Amino acid sequence: MTDTTNEPTTIIHRSANAHEAQEIDDIVAMADPTAASADAAAPRVEQESRWKTLSRAFRTAPLTAWFGMITIAIYIIVALFAPLFAPFGEREIIGAQFEEPNATYMLGTDNLGRDMLSRLIYAARNTVGIALLTTFISFMLGGFLGMLAATFGGWVDQILSRIIDVLMSIPSLIFALLALTVANTWIGRMDNPSPWLYTAALIVIMAVLDSTRVFRLTRAVAMNIVVMDYVEAARLRGEGLWYIIRREILPNASAPLIAEFGLRFCFVFLTISALSFLGLGVQPPTADWGSMVRDNATLISFGVAVPLYPAGAIALLTVAVNFVVDWMLHRSSGLKD
Amino acid sequence: MSDDILLKMRGVKIDGKTGDDWLPIIKGIDLDLRRGEVLGLIGESGAGKSTMGLAAMGYVRGGCRISGGSIEFDGMELTKAGEAKRRALRGKRIAYVAQSAAASFNPAHRLIDQYSEAPVQHSVMDKNAAQEDATDLYRRLQLPNPDEIGFRYPHQVSGGQLQRAMTAMAMSCRPDLIIFDEPTTALDVTTQIEVLAAIRNAVAQFGTAAIYITHDLAVVAQMADRIMVLRYGELVEEAPTRTMLSAPTQDYTKSLWAVRSFKATAKPKPAADAVPVVSLRNVDAAYGPVPVLHGVSFDIHKGRTVAVVGESGSGKSTAARVITGLLPPSSGEVLFNGQVLPPNFKRRSKDQLRQAQMIYQMADTALNPKQRIRDIIGRPVEFYLGLKGRARDERVRELLDLIEMEPDTFAHRYPGELSGGQKQRIGIARALAADPEFIICDEVTSALDQLVAEGILRLLDRLQGELDLAYMFITHDLATVRTIADEVVVMQHGKVVEQGPKVEMFTPPHHSYTDLLLSSVPEMDPDWLTNLLDERIREGKPLSTEDA
Amino acid sequence: MHPIASMALKRLGLGLLTLLVVSIIIFSAVEMLPGDLAQEILGQSATPETVAAFRKELGLDKPPVERYFDWLGGAVQGDFGKSLASKREISDLMSTRLGNTLFLASFAAILAVPISIVLGLLAALYRNTWFDRMINVLTLSSISFPEFFVAYILILMLAVGYPFGLIWVLGLIGIWFLMEGIGSFRDGRKIGKTFPVVPAIFALIGAAFIANVFIGYWKPQLAGVTAFPSISNISPGTSFGERLERSFLPALTLTLVVTAHMMRMTRAAIINLLASPYIEMARLKGMSPMRVIVTHALPNALAPIINVVAINLAYLITGVVVVEVVFVYPGVGQLMVDSVTKRDVTVVQACCLIFAATYILLNLLADILAIATNPRLLHPK
Repeated sequence: MTDTTNEPTTIIHRSANAHEAQEIDDIVAMADPTAASADAAAPRVEQESRWKTLSRAFRTAPLTAWFGMITIAIYIIVALFAPLFAPFGEREIIGAQFEEPNATYMLGTDNLGRDMLSRLIYAARNTVGIALLTTFISFMLGGFLGMLAATFGGWVDQILSRIIDVLMSIPSLIFALLALTVANTWIGRMDNPSPWLYTAALIVIMAVLDSTRVFRLTRAVAMNIVVMDYVEAARLRGEGLWYIIRREILPNASAPLIAEFGLRFCFVFLTISALSFLGLGVQPPTADWGSMVRDNATLISFGVAVPLYPAGAIALLTVAVNFVVDWMLHRSSGLKD
Repeated sequence: MSDDILLKMRGVKIDGKTGDDWLPIIKGIDLDLRRGEVLGLIGESGAGKSTMGLAAMGYVRGGCRISGGSIEFDGMELTKAGEAKRRALRGKRIAYVAQSAAASFNPAHRLIDQYSEAPVQHSVMDKNAAQEDATDLYRRLQLPNPDEIGFRYPHQVSGGQLQRAMTAMAMSCRPDLIIFDEPTTALDVTTQIEVLAAIRNAVAQFGTAAIYITHDLAVVAQMADRIMVLRYGELVEEAPTRTMLSAPTQDYTKSLWAVRSFKATAKPKPAADAVPVVSLRNVDAAYGPVPVLHGVSFDIHKGRTVAVVGESGSGKSTAARVITGLLPPSSGEVLFNGQVLPPNFKRRSKDQLRQAQMIYQMADTALNPKQRIRDIIGRPVEFYLGLKGRARDERVRELLDLIEMEPDTFAHRYPGELSGGQKQRIGIARALAADPEFIICDEVTSALDQLVAEGILRLLDRLQGELDLAYMFITHDLATVRTIADEVVVMQHGKVVEQGPKVEMFTPPHHSYTDLLLSSVPEMDPDWLTNLLDERIREGKPLSTEDA
Repeated sequence: MHPIASMALKRLGLGLLTLLVVSIIIFSAVEMLPGDLAQEILGQSATPETVAAFRKELGLDKPPVERYFDWLGGAVQGDFGKSLASKREISDLMSTRLGNTLFLASFAAILAVPISIVLGLLAALYRNTWFDRMINVLTLSSISFPEFFVAYILILMLAVGYPFGLIWVLGLIGIWFLMEGIGSFRDGRKIGKTFPVVPAIFALIGAAFIANVFIGYWKPQLAGVTAFPSISNISPGTSFGERLERSFLPALTLTLVVTAHMMRMTRAAIINLLASPYIEMARLKGMSPMRVIVTHALPNALAPIINVVAINLAYLITGVVVVEVVFVYPGVGQLMVDSVTKRDVTVVQACCLIFAATYILLNLLADILAIATNPRLLHPK
């Protein structure tokens, strides 16, 4: 999976470039108030309640968006109630290696004789949980810094942007591999390290790397808002920074930020899975889809599709989220046509 | 002008798609146009003028459809003809001049290539003949360096010149009809003169019929033989120009015409030793290394309006930013009631900030779309006056009454549900909520339609009388100045060129720039443009600031 | 100096500066590893004296800043030092591997770029038709798939156990083409009479591929039934033709993912362009749709499309890592992952630097090309 949407649009400032990545354009445009005022002469109607807007939106949603939402819901339920669904334990060895699917083990066993299906279900909780947490942290970090840069401007903005530019100049997978190598070696040398330390390292490193993209987007959105006269009016009043961010900027930035959250989640999710697949992500014996692909990879040469199950699980969720985000973006841009 | 009817539109209905529904934009309009005749289409924004103009070419923008009626051009029914036939007409027999020349020229091709495209593609002329024709037309439209200007790229040519180049391009195939869609709206008033003159000449020379679309009454009076007034997609009135100017029949038309007759209440001059509310003393300011203001000084007294006039780049808005403290001056000072204000607003006290308020030009960006009206107005009340809860709500109601908007209807609404004029009133209320002594009105009526603008001006005048407010009214529109100003400050290139009481300003003798500015404002007299051009040529005065 | 030249030089300078800073980061990261390098190489059984002597030999007793410049100086000349695990010169390892990775990336790029641009252009022209919506769903799914997922599917279908995989794949693609073609005919009014050619071509290709499936069962040789190797055994001695065959699957994997992104971005860029006022002006001058696209839109589309391609090529460099691991393709990516597992830090350092340099270079190229194709800068006032 690639994250070219927020590529350094400039390693150096690319100011005159008319075209940025599609998502960033669409997303930033979601917060544009001037687009909302249409025909000045048309008689004004009372704004329909939010409930009404939402329900109309759902009714007109395309098939793909419905598919996405239902899928996400299923994943969330499975992740939350994993123990209810899984027939066996996460680390329980219940049979021989690579047994064929039968009545007891519906998807067969994996390379250590654990039930595939149970591991898949528990991995939902782990993988999605880790990705969600990482995205959340990256959003807090990148979002806050982005707002700061946009609101303060000046040298604060310059310094932050330069740092972010440099960090974004290294492809994330490579950087993550490097950072994880260092982190994992350190952890490995500790006395009796808990496996969760590795996961923590993974989360922190991915969050920092991903926050650069969030910074980019938040800054772009916030900059569009900050130049509005109503923000200037608030400034001139003598309002503090916190008030301006909370009451003036954030409410107008929520739509694009929500869409971006979805996209960031996908990227983080896929990258963590890739790292796990390469052996540097979530460590065994924790069930994780990426690692499961790696563990069972040898089966492919026998024409057995088992490694595809965890990989497919990853793909399905990402597709679902992308469909929903795409629908959101389409709706907001459609309102302007 | 012959009796031969070139364009006959009957019962034209056009719908536009908003969300999932088709809403009518044009609700059944008839339009006749004879060969060589110039028809003016006027109306406020949203009236459907552009849509009608484009429909004359059988063209609708994306998201629109022609849902009824007939459009007959020289005997051909456009609604039934295939796209190929319509395309053959466009550019060749019907041409279009857009509002923004800078955006309508392809940045990747030279002007002359874009000129010759239509004649060559429509097989009217070959490329060489077209290029010579281009030079000829550029000369007729009085573009500088007609031989080589065509070989430039659009971004290398100035706005007014580009507009004329676009007009030339429209004439390249000697069309029967040209549609001018607000061609001078985006230009400064002094640049506008040249373009208007050029258009009128060209149309007269070639005997082309034209539809001239604008919202500016005085401009349409210069250009059109006949005028149609549109409102909400319907025809309000139609008459020959002179008739309509002197004796309009419909109330709406009359109200449009009457707009410029409103005059603010006269006030007595201030005492000689009165301390001005706001005073600028020798202010220099710069954006980084670029100097913007030079030695600007003027006073604003209590209860009076000072209009600061200038074209784009004159520094009038910058002066406002210096006063509010957004741009600290590099030298000079700003005084408030005789006391020097800290140059940077961050160093000013809350009370100092409260005393001076600002109202913005674009209501869309001036109000937070996610806040309700009662919060937009209520916040300054709470912040400055410390009122909360009940007291605050009461005050908000009072303010809404003050701006003539019913509190129960509007307090809980969002800005998106309001019209442009209503939003501007909320902007005024927000400024009033701080209980200030001084308000800066930054082009507050420039983005509004005539009628609505007049309403705002009346409101501001009334409030000034009731609350003894001092106004700094920034504008580029001299008609507004004539209406509401007590004193006038004329700025050009960051300097104050002339200042004084209004009466003195509007009587000669003037500084030459003021003269240029004043005389460039179109009047409601159909002969105004002709007379002005004759006069300027006779007296050897420059035709516009571009050539000045 | 011409503004383009001065801006390009500025960008170049800043790019090199960025590369410098990145090299510092990479070096520092490795510096932060615990343990002693010399000890690692010699192993636990070495005596302290041997270790000390070895440290001196490796230059580990010098201060970090000096070591950094030594390393950087060497890197610029192509000397990255020795691998910890194999004791070989890294530059030896690197030269073949880099060549292989570039070969793979180029293979994928040659496949991906034309397809993306053409499909993106068509999707923009046929906006909101069946054609466009189908492509949207397809590409949206494709960018959501992890590379290893795509890789394993391809292996299953085309390499292992399913010798008929290829024609079945073509058959599926054929069905899709056919649906596109027919759907576009139905959408005929929206497109207008101008481009019936494209849907027709699609329908024909679709029919051909589907027919091929039947031919495949009847006469396999005729239909092109073949299996590709799932492991890319490439060595310096492999012939070009064999190289192509053995790299086909990894290249295809990369192509599939990159095409989706490039196509979406191209589509967006063209749609954006087509909304410009000067395009409407060209239409209002009565120009034919073909002329509007070719003469008016394309010259201005050059800049954004080049931008899109450059950005995605930069991605190829990183996407290569997972693909190389899955197919055991002897490239820099696989080397890096191996070295990371073996804690062979000098190699990891070198690989990181090479990846970062390529990435920065490609983005720099995109920047400069964007400047060079901007008409305002080409013809300054």
